[in-house]
Order: sequence, then structure tokens, then C-alpha cells
Amino acid sequence: MSAAPAIELKGISKAFGPVQANKDISIRVMPGTIHGIIGENGAGKSTLMSILYGFYKADAGEIFINGQKTEIPDSQAAIASGIGMVFQHFKLVENFTVLENIILGAEDGALLRPSLAKARDELKSLAEEYGLNVDPDAVIEDIGVGMQQRVEILKALYRQADILILDEPTGVLTPAEADQLFRILERLKTEGKTIVLITHKLREIMDITDTVSVMRRGEMTATVKTADTSPPELAELMVGRKVLLRVEKVPAKPGEKVLEVRNLNVTDDKGVHRLKNVSFDVRAGEILGIAGVAGNGQSELLEVLGGYEEATGTIRVNGQEIDLSGAHSDGQSRRARGIAHVPEDRQREGLIMDFFAWENTAFGYHHDPAYQQSRLLMDNNAIREETAAKMERFDVRPPNPQLMAKSFSGGNQQKIVLAREIERNPDLLLVGQPTRGVDIGAIEFIHQQIVALRDQGKAILLVSVELDEIVSLSDRIAVMFDGQIMGERLPEETNAQELGLLMAGITDTDRPHSVAEIEENLANAGVGRAEVGD
Amino acid sequence: MQKMPAWADVVLIPLISVLLASIISAIVILAIGENPWAALKLMVSGAVGSSYGWGYTLYYATNFIFTGLAVAVAFHARLFNIGGEGQAMLGGLGVALICLYIPWPHWTLALLFATASSALFGALWAAIPAYLQATRGSHIVITTIMFNFIASGLLNYLLGNQLKPSGQMEPATASFPEPAHLPTLNDIAGLFGSDLFRSTPVNVTLLIGLVACVLVWFLIWRTRLGYEIRAYGHSESAARYAGISPNRIIMITLLISGGLAGMMAINNVMGEAERLVLNAVEGAGFIGIAVALMGRNHPVGVLMAAILFGFLYQGGAELALWTSIPRELIIVIQALVIMFTGALDNLVRWPLERVFAATRSTRGAE
Repeated sequence: MSAAPAIELKGISKAFGPVQANKDISIRVMPGTIHGIIGENGAGKSTLMSILYGFYKADAGEIFINGQKTEIPDSQAAIASGIGMVFQHFKLVENFTVLENIILGAEDGALLRPSLAKARDELKSLAEEYGLNVDPDAVIEDIGVGMQQRVEILKALYRQADILILDEPTGVLTPAEADQLFRILERLKTEGKTIVLITHKLREIMDITDTVSVMRRGEMTATVKTADTSPPELAELMVGRKVLLRVEKVPAKPGEKVLEVRNLNVTDDKGVHRLKNVSFDVRAGEILGIAGVAGNGQSELLEVLGGYEEATGTIRVNGQEIDLSGAHSDGQSRRARGIAHVPEDRQREGLIMDFFAWENTAFGYHHDPAYQQSRLLMDNNAIREETAAKMERFDVRPPNPQLMAKSFSGGNQQKIVLAREIERNPDLLLVGQPTRGVDIGAIEFIHQQIVALRDQGKAILLVSVELDEIVSLSDRIAVMFDGQIMGERLPEETNAQELGLLMAGITDTDRPHSVAEIEENLANAGVGRAEVGD
Repeated sequence: MQKMPAWADVVLIPLISVLLASIISAIVILAIGENPWAALKLMVSGAVGSSYGWGYTLYYATNFIFTGLAVAVAFHARLFNIGGEGQAMLGGLGVALICLYIPWPHWTLALLFATASSALFGALWAAIPAYLQATRGSHIVITTIMFNFIASGLLNYLLGNQLKPSGQMEPATASFPEPAHLPTLNDIAGLFGSDLFRSTPVNVTLLIGLVACVLVWFLIWRTRLGYEIRAYGHSESAARYAGISPNRIIMITLLISGGLAGMMAINNVMGEAERLVLNAVEGAGFIGIAVALMGRNHPVGVLMAAILFGFLYQGGAELALWTSIPRELIIVIQALVIMFTGALDNLVRWPLERVFAATRSTRGAE
């Protein structure tokens, strides 16, 4: 018999009120392996890991670490048992150096100097052992996201973690950085560390894990050897039915130019140049995808087009120029011009979480005469009826207009926004991160809706940080980096590597590039300091 | 997921809060050697035990309806208007000018114009902080509270110099002429041969207050403007996305809020004092904050809370009159109610939410 499992969970259950987040979950993670946990949003992955890291107390069940029954009442206990966690949202002090961040909470005494000296030596040996090179004196806010993540890993290793849990680690990385991370994880594995990788991306699971556990609705539906499974099988296990992973679409038939953007410039309140001479066209009947790492000006581009960010330059919609001067909140006139907008962040912009679904259906279109009962009063009944019909057509569950937006799952919230915007029959649809935080089943549906709108001859501008999504949906791809468009490519003539280099600001894509060069480029541009959604 | 049923939120929490405040008040009364049970009986009989008591309770409640609605409307846009006091003072000025310098043929006309004038003065007084908030980001809490002091100073000056009739010592205007006097509810009852609300100041303004409650309900939940106000209040970023101008919402909401606070003056200045005196508002602007908090910013809640505070005011006055409980202690009791219903809301809410969550999960497990 081989060694005891590094982690063994037996019969873990956890309920939040009426919601059973984890139901009788048992799992064995063998030492020296990379174990993937995959599941849709809300499947209970994060809850399970939070129990393992001492944030929540399980209602029932037992935890064994290296064969020892262990109680983990808080994160201190988790660290003491050799568990380290790298969160999706880094827990670093932005204006501290790498070294200061690493010792934070693990100082040896009242004086910092001895701890810092010890950490410096320790860091050097960790760097040699695992190939984790970081400048110990760099300030966190000056280094790129990939580097920051490495600091998080080092923090865990410095605290003698043998088991590393990574929660959606690639969400904020370029493809090149993600590859680099995977190389580090491989190295950690060969050095005997155990790694638990939580993700919703099938490709990552297939690329790097040895074993994969699938969660669905709080239950562990399967644990299989990665080599013995396939993406379609995993997707089916996650969703509970067969899923189309590729978007089915016919070639585009581009028509007239619907959107013309010329020399668009945006400078934010702090004087930072967010958009630099951005120019592009979107034609009727095509999807232009904007790829790029979050925070490279895509959000500002959508805000300008949506009418709530000031800019200079020229925007024409159907040949008519749009007034950009002082447009602090001009969303109404944009809508009147046939521009619909599914914003990047549905919880901050697209929906009012404390409004009922029906109130959200009128949101932005609340001046529509169809929604008015008289000059003063809104026709709430008409809006409710329309919402019920839209919920039916977009398969929103539960189809109840009287529920608040916050009580729907991410995918259903997104469907409420999409139904509102698409059914306006716009000439131009702006879509930001259409499937962020949306489960696989809903992704399929949302992609179909976007393609269907294109096939009706509408122009679509798609912004997404998911490269797979950009490649599979777009008819043309423009890559943004540091507020500029680095180039346009056709999806059938490019590959992830070329796009990845463009996303890192490197235009001479024929030459080979080192990861260090890419990271330096990203760090110089200050990329990744912008907010990152989940 | 709702943490507890709506009825618990609306009824149970305020009820428990008031109960807790009463218990502590009882302890305080015991501590100074008085009988809390007797005190409570006196308060109840004094405030709601007779139509005379009700008259005063409702008179005070009318004040609180207006200031409570003012705070509630602003709160729907997440604007905390602390300036009800100053806005009501200016409303009083608006009423006084209309009543003193225009010879009115009948009180209905006077009431109509005095209402408009009080609302206008209150709104204008709110307009300056509103403009500063909208364009400069000066925090509304700071500016409105400062404007209370400025209002007080302004009225001090005007009443002490310009508006005071010559030869009068007191800083107050002359009494309004007879046609500008509002009928009390007692006068109206008299038309039907009844002596309801005998010689109490509760007057037709109460009816205007009730109408205001209904109008505010329509404004907030049925009109497009109310929709925009609520949207802005819940999420400024979403409002901007939807093409709702934050500056416009801030201005309009605070003008409405200031107008409502100003309208309180038709009750206390025109309806009761029939002249403008110094400190006519007597803190009702601040009580409005507690009323709105307790009433969950809903007009019906505001109405109920206003009556509760009217009861506390009138009951407190009775205590001061008939017992040796000092006046200051009555303020302590009122403060306890404000503290428990407003500031310490979560003290009751959290345990109650846990109770509801527990009962629900046991029901779910069955």
C-alpha cells in the first residue's frame, strides 16, 4: 500500500441556511500529485476549500492530513498542518515589498530586521529549489500579476506548506503567464509538494492535473484519472447533461459599417492615459472580438461607447457622429441610437441587485413609452408581464419576475441582462465578459444568442478576457494592450501563442520571446493593477 | 435569499426595539426612585387616553411626518439629509412672509400659498448643499448639518431685527392676521357638533401630511423619477450605465427632501403658533431622522413612527407636568427609543435573523 493521502476528507457537509453547499463529500488527494477540482460556479468548490483552510466549520465530516485526523478551526491551524492557500484575489499589501509581504504575519519577534534577513535567505533557497525567481525588494504594486501570484506561492512555501491550494489561479494571467505558472506547479510536484487546483477551465485540468474531481450542486460527482477522461466527459459530469463546447456558427456575411471608431483617447481622473488613439470598425453581421488582459483599456472603451465616460476622438454609428463632449452620462441617447450594452460587470452596472427582476428589465429603457402608464406613472404591470415573457424565452430560472436580481445565479443574472439588451433589437450590441462567472450550461446558451444576433445582421463588439471565448465567437479579433490596439487577426489564421504575445504588447510575433521579457513588458505597462472581477 | 420574512423586518424589529428601550427607561426611572409602571400609565393616558391627548400626539406627529418623509425620500437616493431642522426653519420663514405681508381673503388660499412658499424655502435651503454635493462632492451630511447652524443664525438675525414689530422685546414676528389662521381639527369637529380634540393645536395640516405620505409613496414606487432615485441609491455605477445622471438625481431628490422638511412649518408656524418664533422647529428636524430610520423609509412606516414619537413627546410632557421626573429624563427616554430603533438596529436584527435561519433550516431538514 502506498503512503497515506496528503488530504483525505470524509463525509464533509456544510449548509448555509437552506442551501446545502457541500453534501457528504469524500475525497483523497495523494501526496506528490496535482489534483484538480472542477465544477461550475456555486458547485461548492470554494466552500470545500474554505472548510479545509479553516474559514468555515463543516456541519459534519472529518479531515485527515497525511493520515492524521485533524481539526482545522482557523487558518492558523491550516498553516500549522502544512496547508497553503493562494486565493483568486491576492492578499498582498500593495505598497509593501515582496519581502515584507512574505513575512507579514510570520514575523519572529518585535523587531523586523532579523525576520527580514532570515526571509531573504529563505527566499533565495526557495528560488533555487523551485525556480521561483522574484526580486525581494520590489514593491508589489510595481510588479505584474504573474509575479504577484508567485509571491503568494512563496508566502505559502515560506510557511512550510506541503499542500498548496490554488483557487482559479489563471483568471488574471495571460496565456504565457499561465504556462509559466504550470511549469512552476510541475516543479513543485516533482519536489514532493501536493497541489490542489480549483478551476472551471477544462483545458487547465487536462493540461496539468493527475487526478480530477468533479463537483456539481454541492456533491462530488466523480473522481477520475485525468488521463482516462476527456473534456466533453468532464463537461457532462459538471453540468449533468451533454454540452456543446464549441460554438456552432456559419461564416459571417459582413455588411455596412455600423460602428466606426477613430482616434479615441481617454484620460482618467488621475491623468492616466487609458485609451490611446484607438481606431476600428464593426460591420453589420459580424462579431469583432477585443482580446486582452483585464485592465488594458477594454473597460474604458465600453464605457465610452456606452455613454458614461468622457473621451476625445470620433465615433460614428450608422454613419452619424456621436457627441463625446462632456458625455458623463449619456446612456439614454446611445440607446436611442440603437446601441445596446451588456456591461462587463453585471453586479455593479448591468443590474441593480436589490431591484426585482422586472424592475431590472426596464433598467436603462425606463423612458420607453411602452413602460409608461401616464405622463407621470410607470406601467409596472406591463413591465412585469414583459419580464415574465422574456424570462421564458431566455430560460431564466426561476422564471419569477418578483425575485430580486441578487437571488439569481450568475448565469441567470446574465440572461436577464442579455434578454433586456438583445430583445431591444439593437443595431450594435456591446458585450463585455458575457460569460464571466457563468456556468457552462448557460455559457452555451449565451454564445448561441450572441451568434444568432450576428446572423440577423447586427454588429457586435465583444470584449472578453477569456481567449477561448474570443477565438470561438469572433469573426475578427483585435488585441488591446496598454490602451492601444496592438493588431487585428482572423481567428482561423492565428493561434493562442500569437494572441498571447500581442496581449503582452509584443508585436513582432515571429521572433521567440522569453517569459521574462513578456513579464517585464506587462509590468512596465502597469498591467494588472486594474480591478479584476470574479 | 431573504434572511427573514418581511413582516418580521417591518413589525417585529421595531416592536422589540421599542420594548428594549422601554425596559432600560424603566430601569432609569427606578434608579431615580420613581415607579416606572405608574410613569408608563401616565404617559399612555396622557398621550392617547383622551381625545385631548390624541390632539397633541397627532399635532407632534404631523411635524414628524414631514421631517420623516424628508429624510426618507433623500435616503432612497442614499443621501443622508441631516438638514431637516434648518430646512424647516427656513420653511417657517416662507410661511411667515406669506402670512404677514399678503392680505388673504380666506385661509384656504393662504394655506395653498403658504404650503408652496414653505416648500420653496425649504428646498432652496437644501439646494446649496445639494449643488455642492453634486458638483464638488462636498459631503451632504457635513454641509446640511452646517446649514442648520446658518439657518438658526439667519432666523436669529431676521427675527431680532427685520421681522420683529417695533416695540416688542421678544424675537418673533407679529401674530398672523385672522384670515391666515388654520382651522384646528377641533374647529372642524365643531361643525358637526362634536368637541373632539378639545383646544389642541392639531389642525388641517395633518391631512396635508397624510396626503404627502401617499404622494411620496407614488413618487418612490410608481414614477419614473422615483425609479431613477432608487436606482441611483442602490448603485451609482449602475445608474451611470443606465444613463441616469447622478447630478440630476442628487439635485432633484434633495430639493424634494428640503421641500418636505420646509412644509412642516405650516403645522407649527401657521397652524399652532400663528407667528414665527425663535427655535420654532424644536428639534423635529432631527427626530425626522429617527422616524425615517424606524419607518424603514416607507411612508406607512414613517406615519406609524411619527405617531409613536408624537406619543413620546406628548406622554413626556405629561410626565414632566404631573411627576417629579425631570424634563431631562424624558429626553433620555426619547433618546433611548431613537438609539434602539435607529442606531442599534443590528442589535435586534442579527439575533433575530439567526433565529429565523435556524427555524427555517430545521423545517428544511424535515
